[in-house]
Amino acid sequence: MLDQYFEEGLSLGLAQAAITLVAALAVALLARRWEIHLERETLVALVRGLVQVVAVGSILLLVFQGPGWLSVIVLAAMMLAAGGIAARRARGIPGAFWVSLQGIVFGAGTVILLMTWTGVIDSEMQALIPVGSMLIANSMNTGALALDRFRAEVEAHSGQIDAALALGADPAVTVAPYVQESVQAGLIPRVDTLRSLGIVWIPGIMAGMILSGSDPVYAAVYQFAVIAMIYAAAGLTAVATTLLIRFRAFSPAQQLILRPGHEAMAAGETGQVAQ
Amino acid sequence: MTGENDSRASEPILRTKDLGRAVNGTRLVEGVTIAIERRQVVAIVGPSGAGKSSLLRLLNRLDEPTSGTVYLDGHDYRELEPQALRRRVGMVMQTANLFPGTVERNIRFGPRQRGEELAEADVEELLARVELAGYARRDVSRLSGGEAQRVSIARTLANSPEVLLLDEPTSSLDAQTEREVEDLMCEIVHGQGLTCLIVTHDIAQAHRLASHALLLQDGRLVGFGPVEEVLDA
Repeated sequence: MLDQYFEEGLSLGLAQAAITLVAALAVALLARRWEIHLERETLVALVRGLVQVVAVGSILLLVFQGPGWLSVIVLAAMMLAAGGIAARRARGIPGAFWVSLQGIVFGAGTVILLMTWTGVIDSEMQALIPVGSMLIANSMNTGALALDRFRAEVEAHSGQIDAALALGADPAVTVAPYVQESVQAGLIPRVDTLRSLGIVWIPGIMAGMILSGSDPVYAAVYQFAVIAMIYAAAGLTAVATTLLIRFRAFSPAQQLILRPGHEAMAAGETGQVAQ
Repeated sequence: MTGENDSRASEPILRTKDLGRAVNGTRLVEGVTIAIERRQVVAIVGPSGAGKSSLLRLLNRLDEPTSGTVYLDGHDYRELEPQALRRRVGMVMQTANLFPGTVERNIRFGPRQRGEELAEADVEELLARVELAGYARRDVSRLSGGEAQRVSIARTLANSPEVLLLDEPTSSLDAQTEREVEDLMCEIVHGQGLTCLIVTHDIAQAHRLASHALLLQDGRLVGFGPVEEVLDA
């Protein structure tokens, strides 16, 4: 119906966005009937999302006309932002930003480099940036989930960790079960994605390729490759992030400093020696 | 060599100098200077919030002092490797905090950290000392509170500590079990001539277990000496 009133291009896109916006707002208004107030949150999120995505689209338009190395800068900026967002979710964990950033750079960065080198990801910016951004975003989510779970596990088991330390255990030994739990917890959504692939949902890249006229079988296989890359990047990120945060949970004098309320850090209990 | 050994033997096994700890500007322990002789059993007493457990956690460096230090056998404990220090200064906490799995796994945990594997006979002997002979294969989730605390004591003894720190080990137990565990501690501490510091809120227990008492108030040391002198004053 829309194509009768709008020509293809930006005006058609904006009209499509406007209709989806109305649909999303209708949900928020409907929720009011049950005293669930989502209006403000929904409106802010929708407007913010629209502005962000249009801004990114505009920037990409400029970037795609520039030299190839610009994609490296774009991906690096995305990783930096992802580190910040993941760290916000892991608030209270000492050095969460650097740990998240290092985890994402290691996880997503390694997979992007390897896959571009082997030719799985096209090195053209039009392919590298969108696929790279998917790997970074998924690594960010996995890293944040793993961090959050690690904090919860350590805080819930601080008594056992103290008991193990008091018996002369190395800090790494005392949190080993929680490192494992955290990596697994972070990866659950990625495993579910792999399990439901093609059965419950047809993911974005595959849908986009089919819409743009690609062979559906090739689109499906490439989609699998992307999901597998996401799993690899997220897995590496979860492992790296949790192993890195493991050291920050303890002071140099091997005292547990990641505790409920995290009061210890403010007390100068970063392991410095009293004089 | 003999002279050095003699001077070491005369040195208190544990000495604190101006020991203190503050958290977010709140002083938990302040300026505690004491000397604990070998085989001394010291009860740390004082009202709730006096800093008893905080002091104990400073003694094996589970928490970091913000002032002063502790000397173990004449050596500043900041120069010792934390893991080695904590094996020498063992600690039993208020709750057993057992690791999931069998009793045996818990008993073997400490020695395993330094690459030592206890013989089955050693595990049985440790369990017999806490009156839990035959419990090695039992899952810790099936133990009563008193049994769990006994395993916790045996687990600490498996490291053969020179100093034993007990942080209200009977406070979470019912009255009868409390007395049983207390008798057991008394037997172990006095029977083996261990140096021991026990936090307790129970003055009668301090009389029954300890030769000396250390009285804390608002984190400060207000009395240290023979139990009768400090607690009956």
